[in-house]
Amino acid sequence: MSLLKAQEITKTYRLGDIALNALYNVSLVIEKGEFIAIMGPSGSGKSTFMNILGCLDKPTSGRYMLEGVDVANMNRDELATIRNKKIGFVFQGFNLLSRTSAIENVELPMLYAGFSAKERRQKAAAALKTVGLEGRENHLPNQLSGGQQQRVAIARALVNNAPIILADEPTGNLDTKTSAEIMELLARLNEESNITVIIVTHEKDIAEYSRRRIFFRDGVIVSDESSGRI
Amino acid sequence: MINIPSTVRISFRALRVNKMRSALTMLGIIIGVGAVITMLAVGTGARQRIGEQIASIGSNLIMVVPGSTTAGGVRMGAGTQPTLTLGDAVAIQKECPSVLYVAPVHSGVAQVVYGNQNWSTGITGTTMDMLYVRDWPLSDGRLFTEEEVRRAAKVCLLGQTVVDNLFGGINPVGQIIRIKKIPFTVIGILEAKGQDPGGHDQDDTIYVPVTTAQKQLFGTQFPGMIRTIMVKAKSTEDLAAAERQINELLRQRHHIGQKQDDDFTVRNLTQMMQAAEQSTRVMTLLLGAIASVSLLVGGIGIMNIMLVSVTERTREIGIRMAIGAKTWDIRLQFIIEAIILSMIGGVAGIVIGISGSKILSMLFGWSTIVSPLSIFLAFGFSGLVGIFFGFYPAYKASLLDPIDALRYE
Repeated sequence: MSLLKAQEITKTYRLGDIALNALYNVSLVIEKGEFIAIMGPSGSGKSTFMNILGCLDKPTSGRYMLEGVDVANMNRDELATIRNKKIGFVFQGFNLLSRTSAIENVELPMLYAGFSAKERRQKAAAALKTVGLEGRENHLPNQLSGGQQQRVAIARALVNNAPIILADEPTGNLDTKTSAEIMELLARLNEESNITVIIVTHEKDIAEYSRRRIFFRDGVIVSDESSGRI
Repeated sequence: MINIPSTVRISFRALRVNKMRSALTMLGIIIGVGAVITMLAVGTGARQRIGEQIASIGSNLIMVVPGSTTAGGVRMGAGTQPTLTLGDAVAIQKECPSVLYVAPVHSGVAQVVYGNQNWSTGITGTTMDMLYVRDWPLSDGRLFTEEEVRRAAKVCLLGQTVVDNLFGGINPVGQIIRIKKIPFTVIGILEAKGQDPGGHDQDDTIYVPVTTAQKQLFGTQFPGMIRTIMVKAKSTEDLAAAERQINELLRQRHHIGQKQDDDFTVRNLTQMMQAAEQSTRVMTLLLGAIASVSLLVGGIGIMNIMLVSVTERTREIGIRMAIGAKTWDIRLQFIIEAIILSMIGGVAGIVIGISGSKILSMLFGWSTIVSPLSIFLAFGFSGLVGIFFGFYPAYKASLLDPIDALRYE
């Protein structure tokens, strides 16, 4: 059984009378443990596809199986539960809660999963250690550098033991050196913990950390190439 | 599963971020709850006071006064026509089955002297039944006897105010005082009763036998004339019947024909007092209702601020949704925030309300009573306001699309 299986997914946006296909008949299979980069110019449909993979959005038609379960027809709360348990998000703008300490940001997914306060604290501390932020637990986001903030976000994505990390332009706001560090961290998590990592990027050198690169253009996949890490 | 303690903590933090705004929002509820409690306290106090006064003039009371006279086309006030007699009083006692006690009253004002002290006060000539009519016990000494009433003995009972003004620390019982220069022996002291509903000091009085008042103190236009007859009905249910019986009896005794007007007036004091109590009750409700409007306005303030807060925190809502917050996680977070605002406001409002009532009592001498019920009501109501006015913003927040919310700048 494949981890993710998208079958003939179409997403149509309606702008008045005009119907716009953001995605058209996209099919894709992703196995556990893959490290994938989704690439393409703006408006190619890669972000829409990412939102559907992340269960933030539903396709207009087609089937999307996550660990063999069809999620295309789930309601809001069921999708929220899937996101909570199966998917860790990493965003370009970090998307941490301001005025909330690093450890509390990391605890957040467990809050909605119903862990006890003690368990939350322990697991969050462990996740922060994994991303190399030991000792910064009580820093607020505005007291951390961009790279450190993104590490907190990665710790938050890890903490519920989600099998998938979805990263949307994770290095978009970072300098080259920090970008490399973040990509190394994602690569390490992929290798050591067998977490499936899917990143959306338009930077070639970032995509080169991955082992499989999928190119989108005008709502369809134009190429899907696999290689070892360069 | 929704984690309430953590949600409460998150809400507190969100409220602390905008301290000034939270405080101003609470102010609406504080004023509302404070106003409700104060107004109810004023109303309840007034009602209790009237209740006490009703009890102090005696229960189930009927007063019979003579009618008015007309002198050369000028109509005089009620009680100016000398028509009532001791015989009327005796007849009412005998003939009216719904009547329990009857006390004739012949009264006036006179100067009273004891030693080197003097005092002007109302002298009430009556019989021993008067104290039963008024539910007025003695604190010291004894009542007059039937024999003393018959022979117009010069004995008297003093009200507490008179005692205070004439006797400084001396036990008045057995002392001789002079009323209009006539010596009277003090045989008893009336218990302190306080003000009547009209604000009149009921303790500023002296009771003497009615016959003594007629013959020695104030005189009469004809023998046996009295000014008032006080009647106590057997029960509240008997009041109307007693009133009717007295009316019939007196018309008969005064030979008043079918088409002639009464030469006396029967007043049901208890009914008048109950009417006063009723109007105070209405006033209390009215005050409470007006104050509730301010609570409502406070609630709308909460809704307003929560709506602003939802818009400001759209991105936060998006993040929470993306990492797994369900519809009710989001809703509860905002509802709990609204409840915290209104409950803290409610508690502060209760404090303000209680102190406000105390201040009103001190400044204006109103009796105010903060009942536990009004506190409970105000607190419960403010909680409901939080839930009610917090729900719509919370509902709006929970319906946000996670993708749009995440992109919100």
